[in-house]
Amino acid sequence: MNIVVAMKQIPDLQQIRIRDRKPVLDDVPFTFGNIDKNALEAAMQIKEKIDSQVIVVAVGSSELEDTAKEALAAGADEARLVIWEDGLESSQSARLIAAAIKQLDAIDLIMFGEGSGDNYSSQVGSRVAQILELPQVGYVSHIEFQGDVVRLTRSLEDCEQTVEVKLPAVVTVTSDINVVRIPSVTQILKAGRKPKESIEAEDLVTVIPVPLIETISNLAPEMQRKQIVVKTVQELVKVLADEGFGGRG
Amino acid sequence: MAGILIYSEKTNLTLELVSAAKQMTSGQLYALAVNNDQQAEELSSKGLDVYSINNPGLLTADVANTAFALKQVTDRLELNTVLLSSDRRGKELAGRVAEAMNAGCLTDVKGITVENGQVNFIRNALGGATVATQTIKSPERVIAVSPRAFAPEEGTGGGSIQTMEISVLATTFKLLETRRKAGDTVDLQAAERLVIVGQGVENQGDLTTVDKVAKALSAETGCSKPVASDKKWFSEDRIIGLSGKICKPALALILGVSGQVQFTVGVREAQVIVSINNDENAFMNKIADYVLIADLHDALPELAKALA
Repeated sequence: MNIVVAMKQIPDLQQIRIRDRKPVLDDVPFTFGNIDKNALEAAMQIKEKIDSQVIVVAVGSSELEDTAKEALAAGADEARLVIWEDGLESSQSARLIAAAIKQLDAIDLIMFGEGSGDNYSSQVGSRVAQILELPQVGYVSHIEFQGDVVRLTRSLEDCEQTVEVKLPAVVTVTSDINVVRIPSVTQILKAGRKPKESIEAEDLVTVIPVPLIETISNLAPEMQRKQIVVKTVQELVKVLADEGFGGRG
Repeated sequence: MAGILIYSEKTNLTLELVSAAKQMTSGQLYALAVNNDQQAEELSSKGLDVYSINNPGLLTADVANTAFALKQVTDRLELNTVLLSSDRRGKELAGRVAEAMNAGCLTDVKGITVENGQVNFIRNALGGATVATQTIKSPERVIAVSPRAFAPEEGTGGGSIQTMEISVLATTFKLLETRRKAGDTVDLQAAERLVIVGQGVENQGDLTTVDKVAKALSAETGCSKPVASDKKWFSEDRIIGLSGKICKPALALILGVSGQVQFTVGVREAQVIVSINNDENAFMNKIADYVLIADLHDALPELAKALA
């Protein structure tokens, strides 16, 4: 089976600092989103049961080759990278990812995390499914194959659904589908030798899609809190009572 | 036509979308009901003009076909804006409808402003570190609005229901079963008070005491992501934060959470925030109203006793 895992290169959110309410992104290293890593892990678990080729597809800056090593160390067989230096909004990313997937032969399953680590807008998987005219199932917490049919658990807020769809299909996974394993040293060393193919976005598509979203401002929220330090549990219970949050027994 | 099409499978969320739409336009609004006569009736009784699709071949769980249906409706009514709920159903649909319409799309929208005729949307960005104000440049727009960001429309009477026929794509999609989630279900976003467990609660045995504290405060219990995803102490439904629930309780009592933005985005709009943490430098303390530096294993029993 041929599996594509689409992953988003994002700034390491732990390392973003805020200055004058503005995010400072200089020198912040890139990584992949956490739920994208769950999608890759899910693909690796399929590969353990069914002979598969796992291809990571990502769009991002020229540092993407470096970011991609993380995914190759985690077990992906190869990486197809689309290089575009300017930021991308979801509709642009989707078109570039779909174009990269179209270049690959006979893909059975295309996997995404249910939302990216930074923007969490959850659009790209659905957009790619529409562009490629494939069925899609989102928020998947369990995957099972029966020949060319895949049976999935779709986990919604108030219920779970068991759905079936014939391959090829697009699937987005939740973070509770698995626990992502940490790659061994041998895997990390092997990652450097795995095939990585980079293509400039201009060479992939004839026209670079225009952004449909404009960001007017992007500032850290002002959070003014009292920050009163209380010394004891008794004192805490008293301030809670004063605020109207007494114990109700 | 500058009208807006509104759709959510959940009637309460549809009514919230009506309020959101009214902030965007004074133009015509249309609500859609799919295989749900009861929803169509309820929405029209609130004064909405409803288009009702009844087609057993269309499963709303099949996002490809539901998006195809919405596209047919917007084409036929010549509408260029679609409002969906930003729950999982709505978010999954949003990207697909947007791509079908060639529309710019924003999800998790929590506020709407209009300046000089331009509609701006407010949403969290960079993992919750920032709040972005954005606008959609394409004439076609798809917006998914966060549940509870807008009060539900309270209109009465005067609505209408018209049926609409649509075609359905051939598909291999099958819905085999819909069941309630195993284990507990909880609506943290509806809770007035929250007690939130972080990794600073080190012994699983202490959860009994956390439970007592929550009971004494009539609070629901939530947790930070690692406590559910890694430790598996709670179900995913109880995760607070960017990839969990964004809540606005009156009180958030936070036990041992360091305070990364992906978490704090889920509680920062609480009226009162209390942080109990053994680390006086925890970022959580900086965005709390009251801070107690203490070992939770010792503080929790004392707190439970004092509140009882």
